[in-house]
Amino acid sequence: MKRTDDYEKRREHLAELSDEELYDRFWGSIDKLIEPLLKYGYEYTSPAIERSVLLRMGFSSLEAKEIVNGCLEHSLLGHGAGNVVYRLSKAEGCGIRQAGELLIAGNSWNKAVKLFEGGSADE
Amino acid sequence: MSDYRLERDRRIDVAEILKDLASYHPRRRGWTWRTPAPKLNLGPFEYHDCSTPLHDSVGLPPAHYFENIDPQPMPVITTEIASGRFEDDIRRMRMAAHHGADHIMVIRTAGQSHYDGLIEGSPQGIGGVPVTRKQVRAQRKALDMIEDEVGRPINYHSYVSGVAGPDIAVMFAEEGVNGAHQDPQYNVIYRNINMVRSFVDACESKRIMAWADMAQIDGAHNANATAREAWKVMPELMVQHGINALLSHKIGMKKENICLSTVPPTATPAPCVYMDLPYAVALRELFAGYRMRAQMNTKYIEASTREATVTHVLNMFISKLTSADIQSTITPDEGRNVPWHIYNIEACDTAKQTLVGLDGLMEMVELKKDGYLREKARELKERAVLFLEEMLEHGGYFNAVQEGFFVDSGLFPERNGDGISRDINGGIGAGTVIKREADYMAPVTAHYGYNNVAQYNESAVNDPSKLIGGCTFEDPDKIVFIDELDDTDNVYIRMREVEQYAGPSAKLIKPEMEWLADGTVLLTLFFPTDVRHAEAAALEVGKRMNLVDCEVNNREIMQEAEGTRIEMRGRFPFDIDLDSLVLPKEPEVLSDDYMRKDIERKPMVVVAGTIGQDEHSVGLREVIDIKHGGIEKYGIKVYYLGTSVPPEKLVSAAIEVNADAMLASCIISHDDIHYKNISRVDSIAREMGVRDKLMFAAGGTQITHDAAVAAGADAGFGRGTKGCHVATFLVNERQRKEGLLNN
Repeated sequence: MKRTDDYEKRREHLAELSDEELYDRFWGSIDKLIEPLLKYGYEYTSPAIERSVLLRMGFSSLEAKEIVNGCLEHSLLGHGAGNVVYRLSKAEGCGIRQAGELLIAGNSWNKAVKLFEGGSADE
Repeated sequence: MSDYRLERDRRIDVAEILKDLASYHPRRRGWTWRTPAPKLNLGPFEYHDCSTPLHDSVGLPPAHYFENIDPQPMPVITTEIASGRFEDDIRRMRMAAHHGADHIMVIRTAGQSHYDGLIEGSPQGIGGVPVTRKQVRAQRKALDMIEDEVGRPINYHSYVSGVAGPDIAVMFAEEGVNGAHQDPQYNVIYRNINMVRSFVDACESKRIMAWADMAQIDGAHNANATAREAWKVMPELMVQHGINALLSHKIGMKKENICLSTVPPTATPAPCVYMDLPYAVALRELFAGYRMRAQMNTKYIEASTREATVTHVLNMFISKLTSADIQSTITPDEGRNVPWHIYNIEACDTAKQTLVGLDGLMEMVELKKDGYLREKARELKERAVLFLEEMLEHGGYFNAVQEGFFVDSGLFPERNGDGISRDINGGIGAGTVIKREADYMAPVTAHYGYNNVAQYNESAVNDPSKLIGGCTFEDPDKIVFIDELDDTDNVYIRMREVEQYAGPSAKLIKPEMEWLADGTVLLTLFFPTDVRHAEAAALEVGKRMNLVDCEVNNREIMQEAEGTRIEMRGRFPFDIDLDSLVLPKEPEVLSDDYMRKDIERKPMVVVAGTIGQDEHSVGLREVIDIKHGGIEKYGIKVYYLGTSVPPEKLVSAAIEVNADAMLASCIISHDDIHYKNISRVDSIAREMGVRDKLMFAAGGTQITHDAAVAAGADAGFGRGTKGCHVATFLVNERQRKEGLLNN
């Protein structure tokens, strides 16, 4: 879009505002703009976020990548990669790292999928 | 752990830093600001806006005139160090810290923002360093030692951006990184990473950074560096700052850790202060409570380091007139190459010098509260508000980006239609965000967003990592350290290649600009010819000097036909063996006590002056005055004759007061006038028959002992001479004349 500078005309509704009112208008507009962005962050996740969860759970970056890729392949990422590992560890009665290693070894994905069948635990 | 410690007079041993990295944990988290030192007294001065001085540092070149003081300004001073080889950067970090940097920023290797995951090991980088856990850990460990040495915490910093932002944020939090760039708008606009992914990831990254108490720097300055007419993006810059700042604050970062990366948008020959100051004022008013990271202008940097330095001094003038919590420095060679050691140091010194030089300025001047400055600041704020209102009218941030709102070269509301547009469904990582299920759960600390922990344990809702007995943030022993993944590209291989030059006890050296033993030299040349011939002549000079890989990196016209200034880099392909070097003898210095006793034994009278047509007095006064530790302190009686003393007068004054010695200062050296004047004093004293009786020493910045003696003096003293050196000569020489000493 091309447009010449129509600042003088456009500013008419701002002209009478005090500096404080202009300040409030600035931050009020920013607030409206970021609200949906924060909502996206609240409701969605991504492979990078899930890797970062696994890193914090004590997996290496290489392991985290494998587990997240496995979750994507098996449509489990929406439950949380950390959740998949956690639930598997409970089901297997093993530690978090051992559960992750089972997934990396490739043998436990079917079991993991079953653990999340029928929707979420609280439904 | 190893008991390796830094020693002041020994190079840092990078091999020692790399030992035991697997078991190293950082000793603190979070950002550190400088400690104010109001009414600081240093040497003969009182400072008004300085911070606590360092234990060990390198002062500005003239510091020796002022009792070697090294006042440290209040803003944190940044330097960006990333040559591609992190092991060499460690040495540069130590040098920079000694010159006043307490914020060391590591630029990432080209392309890292598109790398989906953490890079591990220590591969070599291009235009930056591959930021890996090993590299971060080694540098943080080295900085722990360096900060102990200088006596001030050093903030370590890199980037939380790209498609692996959250991964990197976790690694930084675990490894004690103190600050990071984080701004999803940077991903979207400059790295073409999908906008939804960028913002979703940013929420997580920011929450992690908030937990680690890291300072965050945004990416708005890039609009300035990218836009065709940089000064026209000022309204947009405020919009970008605002989006990232409030987003971060709402995610949990405290305002004082949220730093706006703000650049004075334009540079000379534009009337830059006139244009940049209203913007700086408007920004600081709108963003009260947030912190200012004053970046320097890079948009208009050319290859002249002098020109870049002046631009940066003008930028810091704006910082001083308004405020800066972090003063960034851009190396003056940024327009030529990836920064070299010496230019990082120059940039740190430029910042320190400028800010100390402007100490207390705002106690004397204030910005006007009416007129152009106020009106312009108000106008810029209004333009920013209009920008925001139009974004909202068009459906919000994502739509605005899609429609090319950003980095348009028109001064909003003017639009030139040349903004950067990104597709909401496009870019790297498009379609990779996934809606969290109702049972979504992440059993870790510092996780943003929906997290159904209650399904497992109600009592863990506020502490999700309780489910797994604590995550790496509570228990660092859970962190998995990977040393190397590539046995053909790592630090050990690189270090082996330069083994004979490395370590504190290496005997071979080469000139160096960025990497150990790179052999790089820089020559400054003037040729009395036009640019094209000058450039060709320079390359020929390099060839005949046996330099290789010569490249002209700056050319400046003096006058089209009369001459050209050339700066040329090349490589010196030989080794220098330290053991083969012949070092001139260090000047002998007698003890203060011994000299005082000798003057007590027999008083000594000296006449002194700056001879010839020469008005310099500082150096000689230093050598004489008791308050600078000059020769008077030993009891020597000095008749100071002043400046521009004719040689005849020096000799006749010596006769008149029955002096033992004459001290002649000669600073002007053009056409060897300094040595000619020394000869004049000698021959006049001979003509008058007093030369044998009178001791005669000459000094000045361009004087060497041997040349002064050849010209007729008994001794010569160059740069750095102190009273004790001259007194030692006088005491020894008199004893020799008395026959108390053999030659």
